[in-house]
Amino acid sequence: MYVAVKGGEKAIRNAHRLLAHERRGDRAVPDLTLAQIVEQMALSVARVMAEGSLYDMELAALAIKQARGDLIEAIFLIRAYRTTLPRFGYSEPLDTAKMRVRRRISATYKDLPGGQLLGPTFDYTHRLLDFKLAAEGGEAPGTPELAEAAEEDMPRVTDLLGHEGLIEPDVPEGEIEDSETGDLTREPLSFPAGRDIRLQNLARGDEGFLLALGYSTQRGFGRTHPFAGEIRLGEVEVEFFAEELGFAVPLGRISVTECQMINQFQGSAKAPPQFSRGYGLVFGQGERKAMSMALVDRALRSRELGEEGGAPAQDEEFVLSHSDNVQATGFVEHLKLPHYVDFQAELALVRQMRREWEERNRKDKADAQEAAE
Amino acid sequence: MNAQADTATQAGEGEYNFAYLDEQTKRMIRRAILKAIAVPGYQVPFASREMPMPYGWGTGGVQVTASILGRDDVLKVIDQGSDDTTNAVSIRAFFEKTAQVATTTRTDEATIIQTRHRIPEKALKEDQIIVYQVPIPEPLRFLEPRETETRKMHALAEYGLMHVKLYEDIARHGHIATTYAYPVKVDGRYVMDPSPTPKFDNPKMHEMDALQLFGAGREKRIYAIPPHTAVESLDFEDYPFEIQKFDRPCAICGAENVYLDEVVLDDRGGRMFVCSDTDHCEERRAAGHTGEAGGIPLKGEETAR
Repeated sequence: MYVAVKGGEKAIRNAHRLLAHERRGDRAVPDLTLAQIVEQMALSVARVMAEGSLYDMELAALAIKQARGDLIEAIFLIRAYRTTLPRFGYSEPLDTAKMRVRRRISATYKDLPGGQLLGPTFDYTHRLLDFKLAAEGGEAPGTPELAEAAEEDMPRVTDLLGHEGLIEPDVPEGEIEDSETGDLTREPLSFPAGRDIRLQNLARGDEGFLLALGYSTQRGFGRTHPFAGEIRLGEVEVEFFAEELGFAVPLGRISVTECQMINQFQGSAKAPPQFSRGYGLVFGQGERKAMSMALVDRALRSRELGEEGGAPAQDEEFVLSHSDNVQATGFVEHLKLPHYVDFQAELALVRQMRREWEERNRKDKADAQEAAE
Repeated sequence: MNAQADTATQAGEGEYNFAYLDEQTKRMIRRAILKAIAVPGYQVPFASREMPMPYGWGTGGVQVTASILGRDDVLKVIDQGSDDTTNAVSIRAFFEKTAQVATTTRTDEATIIQTRHRIPEKALKEDQIIVYQVPIPEPLRFLEPRETETRKMHALAEYGLMHVKLYEDIARHGHIATTYAYPVKVDGRYVMDPSPTPKFDNPKMHEMDALQLFGAGREKRIYAIPPHTAVESLDFEDYPFEIQKFDRPCAICGAENVYLDEVVLDDRGGRMFVCSDTDHCEERRAAGHTGEAGGIPLKGEETAR
C-alpha cells in the first residue's frame, strides 16, 4: 500500500554517513595523508589544480581524498571553493622564457640553445608493471644526479623562429599586447569568442575531451599539420602589479607545463606563408593536456586564418560549450533526479497515442474487410 | 525580498556570506534580474558562479534565490511538486545553513518559492516570488542547437520554426505532442521555455499576481515574467492549446482539476493517482477531504531508507 514518501532528509543524512564510512575504507589500513597524495599522486594533483583552476597542492590533495580519488568530483570541489575566494586583481603575464626548466624537449630541432632536457617523464619507459612497488616499505629509489640550474634563460623555440619571421607573431600586428584579457568566470561565454577566452576555456577544459578532439584533428577532422615545437615544464614566477607601489611584486612560483605547437600555414591574402601557432598551458605537469589544448587552440583558429572549417574541433560553439567537465557531469548526472511529473505527462501522451493508433488500425482493418466482401 | 540592504553588513556567520554568494555577485545577479523583468521573457546572460551543488541540479534557481533572499523571508522549496523530494530537501537545507532563514512547506506562508517542474496548485499572491530551476532556457534549442542562431531568431522574433514543429506534430499525430516545457509567448513578444513544468501548469503563468523568475546556472541565463503579464501557450486557431485532464480525482484527498502523480502499487497493473502538490494534498486532508484510498495518516511515517 502506498504511503506518502517522506524522510528524504533522513535518507540523505544516512547516505552521507555511509559515504564517509566507505570513503575511509578498511580501518586497518592507514589513513591517507595529504602529504602522501601531494608527493606520490602528483599528476592527479596537477590535473585537479589545472581543471579546478586553482593552484594549491594541499587543497587539491584534500579534494582528491574527499572525492575518493574521483578526479572530476575533486575538480568540482575545488571549483566550488574557488568561486568563494575574493579577488585582488589579475597577475602580470607569466614569462615562460624565464622558467626554471625541469624538462624541455623540441621535436623540430635536433639541438638548440639550452639543449634538450628529458627530465621526469614516462616517455621511453617500458610499460611493464613494476612489482617491486607492490611491496610495502620497499627500498627508496636512488637519488638522481642533478645538474646545476642553468644561469641563463632558455629561449623558446618559437622565439627562435620568430627572429626569422617564419612564424606568426605572438600578438597579431595592429593589436596591443596589453589589451584587456577576458575572464569567463566573470562574464558569461558569448560567441564568437576571442582567443583569450578560448584559451581560458581550454585551460579549464576536460583533459579527456580535449585529448579526443586533438586526436580527431590528427586523423583528418580539421587537420592542422602540427609539430611539437616545444614542450617545457618548470617553475615560473607569478608577479602582481601593486598600484600602491607602482611596480610588480613577486607572489611566488608555480609549476606549469607549456606546449607550443608549430603548424603549417600556406598563407592567405592577409598573411604571407609562415608557421602558425597552437598554444597550451596548464598548472603542474600535464603534457597530454597541454598538447591537446595546443592542437585544439590551433584548430579553433581556422576561421581567423581563413581555413576551411566544419570539423568538430574547429567548431567554437561546440568545443567551448562542452569542454567543462563540471558542467557536463552535473547535467548528465541530473538525470538521476526525479522526473516523474514530466514522465507522467509523457505516459499519458503515449497511452493516448496508442489508443488512437489501435482505433485507426481497427478501422482500417474493418474497412479492408468491407471492401473485400 | 525586503532586507537585502542589511545582508552585506551582517554577513559572516560561519565561513560564508549570507546565502553563500558574496555581495558583489548578488548585485550582478540582481542587475540581470532587473533587466529580465524589464524585458519579459528575454534570456539575460549572467556570469553564473560555480555552486557547491552540481550544474543541472538547480544552480540557477539557487543563485536567483540567494540574490533576492532577505533575513525576513520564508522559503519553500519543491521538486516535482513535493517538499520532500531529496533535491528539494538538499536545497532547503543549503539555505537553512547559509542564510538561517525560516522555511516552510506551506505555499501561502512562503515569500519565496523555489521550484523544479511544478507550480503550486494554490494561486500565488502578489507578495510572493516563484523561482524556477531551468535546465535548458532556450525554447528553440532542440530545433536549432546553435546559440548564435537562436539569439538572432529571438532578436528578429522569427518563430516560424517553432510553429512548423507544432504543425508537424499535428500532421503526424493529430495533436501537439509536447507535454511539458510547452513553449509560451510572453507579453506578445518573446517565445519562452516555461522550464520543464507539465503544460498543465502553463495557464497559471498567465497574469499571475506573483513575480516569476527563472534561473539557468549551467547555461548562464536569467529570465522573468513580471506580475500581471500575458503568457500564451503557442497553438493554432483550429487546434487550441489544451492541458492534461485526469479522469479521476486524487485518491488521497479527492481533489479534482489538479495535477496527479501515478503511483504503481504492484506488478499486476494496480495503480493509484495522487496529488503531485503534496502541500495542497495535506491541506485538503487537514480540512477533512478524503479520496477513495482514505484513511492514510497525515504526515506519513518515514519510509525512505
